[in-house]
Amino acid sequence: MIPAEPSSLALFWVSAIAFAILVYVILDGFDLGVGILFSVAENEARRDAMLAAISPFWDGNETWLILIAASLFGAFPMVYAVFLPAFYIPVLLMLFSLIFRGVGFEFRYRGARGFWDGGFFIGSTVAAFVQGAAVGAMIRGIPVANGQYAGGAFAWLAPLPVLTGVGLVFGHALLGAGWLVMKNEGELREWARARIPWVAVAVLVVLVLAFVAAVFEPQRIGANLSHRLWGLVFPGIALLAMAGVFIGVRERRDGMPFAMTVVFFIASFLTLAVLFWPYMIPYQVTVADAAAPDKTLTFLFWGAGVFVLPVIVIYTAVVYWVFRGKLRHGYGRVGPG
Amino acid sequence: MELDPVFLSRLQFAFVISFHIIFPAFTIGLAAWLATIEGVRLTTGNPVYRRVFDFWLRIFALSFAMGVVTGIVMAFQFGTNWSVLSERAGPIQGPLLGYEGFTAFILEATFFGVMLLGRDRVPPWFYFFSCCMVSLGTMFSSFWILCNNSWMQVPLGHAFVDGKIVPDDWWAITTRPIVRIRWPHMLLAAFLTTGMSIIATGAWHMLRDHHLPEARVMLHWGLGLVAVLIPVQLFFGHLCGLYVHHYQPEKFAAIEARWKTQQPATEVFLAIPDPWAERNLFPILEVPKLGSFIASGDWTAKEVGLEAFPPENRPPVIIPFFAFRIMVGMGLIMLAISWIGVVLVWRGRLESARWFLWAAFLSFPTGFVAVLCGWYTAEVGRQPWVVWHILRTEDAISPSLTGGVALFSLIAYVVVYAVIYSFGLTYIYRLLRKGPAAEAEAVSQLPGRPIAAALQGSEP
Repeated sequence: MIPAEPSSLALFWVSAIAFAILVYVILDGFDLGVGILFSVAENEARRDAMLAAISPFWDGNETWLILIAASLFGAFPMVYAVFLPAFYIPVLLMLFSLIFRGVGFEFRYRGARGFWDGGFFIGSTVAAFVQGAAVGAMIRGIPVANGQYAGGAFAWLAPLPVLTGVGLVFGHALLGAGWLVMKNEGELREWARARIPWVAVAVLVVLVLAFVAAVFEPQRIGANLSHRLWGLVFPGIALLAMAGVFIGVRERRDGMPFAMTVVFFIASFLTLAVLFWPYMIPYQVTVADAAAPDKTLTFLFWGAGVFVLPVIVIYTAVVYWVFRGKLRHGYGRVGPG
Repeated sequence: MELDPVFLSRLQFAFVISFHIIFPAFTIGLAAWLATIEGVRLTTGNPVYRRVFDFWLRIFALSFAMGVVTGIVMAFQFGTNWSVLSERAGPIQGPLLGYEGFTAFILEATFFGVMLLGRDRVPPWFYFFSCCMVSLGTMFSSFWILCNNSWMQVPLGHAFVDGKIVPDDWWAITTRPIVRIRWPHMLLAAFLTTGMSIIATGAWHMLRDHHLPEARVMLHWGLGLVAVLIPVQLFFGHLCGLYVHHYQPEKFAAIEARWKTQQPATEVFLAIPDPWAERNLFPILEVPKLGSFIASGDWTAKEVGLEAFPPENRPPVIIPFFAFRIMVGMGLIMLAISWIGVVLVWRGRLESARWFLWAAFLSFPTGFVAVLCGWYTAEVGRQPWVVWHILRTEDAISPSLTGGVALFSLIAYVVVYAVIYSFGLTYIYRLLRKGPAAEAEAVSQLPGRPIAAALQGSEP
């Protein structure tokens, strides 16, 4: 069967959503990663300094998650209707994690700091884990019948999703450590830099295990890849980027570990795109099948596509521009240069 | 015992949305109040308005954050628990709810930031402009929600293509008369909720003999606003009733506990509806013919009863019947408080009438209760349909959802909300209790941190 070609509006929306997911994973990735690194931070002063490096950014980063959910519901209601029940418990855990994380961020200055810091760590880790597990579950394929999810509530707890979940926890920790190196000077920078090789090795080990688990999966994994051997260039780039992370640490270049981790994430994301395309719900529902009627996509396009999306991009760019450079003068103050 | 995922999901949705709606209702009103008071300050230059403004700004920031947190959860519920609804009605509901989220975000990213952090960094006229834009934004946000809900109540502007619901006329979906009645009804409800809170706070501080100039501003303005708005709200409520009567006669009959079709119809003010025997127990006040007049403006009109509808299509009676009466009762309390208060202000006796200040203080929850009961009337009265006469609630549930998982998530929501709420409400209570600061102080020095900014002032 040759799948129907998606309309240009559907292509616009699937590209916009893919872009938003990539931005979300990278941006919220580093602030979730800083939360994950709380587990190895020795004391409160360290945690204060770590939080200062993400405080102007983290809530804006989570806006992208809202953008993804809202665009998905509007432009691909069927995908929304399949994914959310398929990940019923992970979504629940993720929402609670993000709530506790957000609240913990604000309330820790009111006392019970250890309690809220614990909540910040657990929330960050669980949010990263369930997002990674969702990727693993997608690689295995999501059963759909009559336009609805047809699997169990715990299907996402198979070995492969668990490994991809753990992998994303380490991946986010790597982004977080790279961010701390890039945004700080002095002792915190050295502390974060010393942790990067360990985290990077953990990412590689988990990826190898996940690859083994994927080989044992009987589903259609790799069927797409065998027709698109050019797609193998992306895992290659990912491996080179990982080498760049180690080089950045050894050469003591502050921006390089973070930049190379970002390249690693982009290359991994494109690998998944090669695996999945043209399916939006692997491997049963294509982008064309899942797209909402044209009148819906048009209505969304003229407001959300032409206006809201650019505003969010500009807003994000302005925030990062205002708080560019190294963190100086303590909490929440990041001066230019 | 067999756990019913439909019932548990309905309970979960009701729980989550009840705890959510409290905050938007409050913040829509607060944003308008802040814009008003800032405008007055600009015109008069009186510093007391600045202190009142800063006081309510902190409460606004906290309530806004609570509203955002609980609102994000709402949107995901459509997909997790009601995936058939999401899939079938998604082409219409998805964009409407999406635009609501986008509106809230644009607001938070831009003018809300100016309002919280920009007092000393922008010219006064621009600060006032930002307050107005935030107020407009909250109203616009609620517009999308009311479009969405009105479409579920009275679907219009759609077509069926291969059994799928597709939007046909967005203009009809967003601007039809029902939206033009229900949206103002909700906005007025929000204004009244906040108005009663402002009155109660003013009365509280006056009773404790604290912050008298600020308490006076809150009482005078609050009483005046509520006194003017409540008759308008009663009128829009009546218009809402007319559209229910016309488009949802089953719901109307349930609200009136009218079991049999009558001509002319009796109005039952208070009774205990007995759905098993299909009659009303202990009718306290029944007025013959008045039912026809209220519904149709005609003393002899025929009014349909629930018996005219097949049992499987009838809404429940007890909740709509009582919720509607409680809502109206709250409205009458607001009317009494505000009009008596205005008379007392007029005669210069407000501050010595401690009995009135106590009554005003205790009427603090009236607006919140009215909003909740109004929504219960509308939503429970819509049952057994989730989209009126198109999709039944029981058919809209996610097919993969089991009762056990639904029970787990319901308990989890209750626990998490209990924690979030107890912290959030404690901080809001502390802010309210502390009262306006003697000197206007900068709300925050922290960039981009609305909650922390608000909390700076919450130490008791």
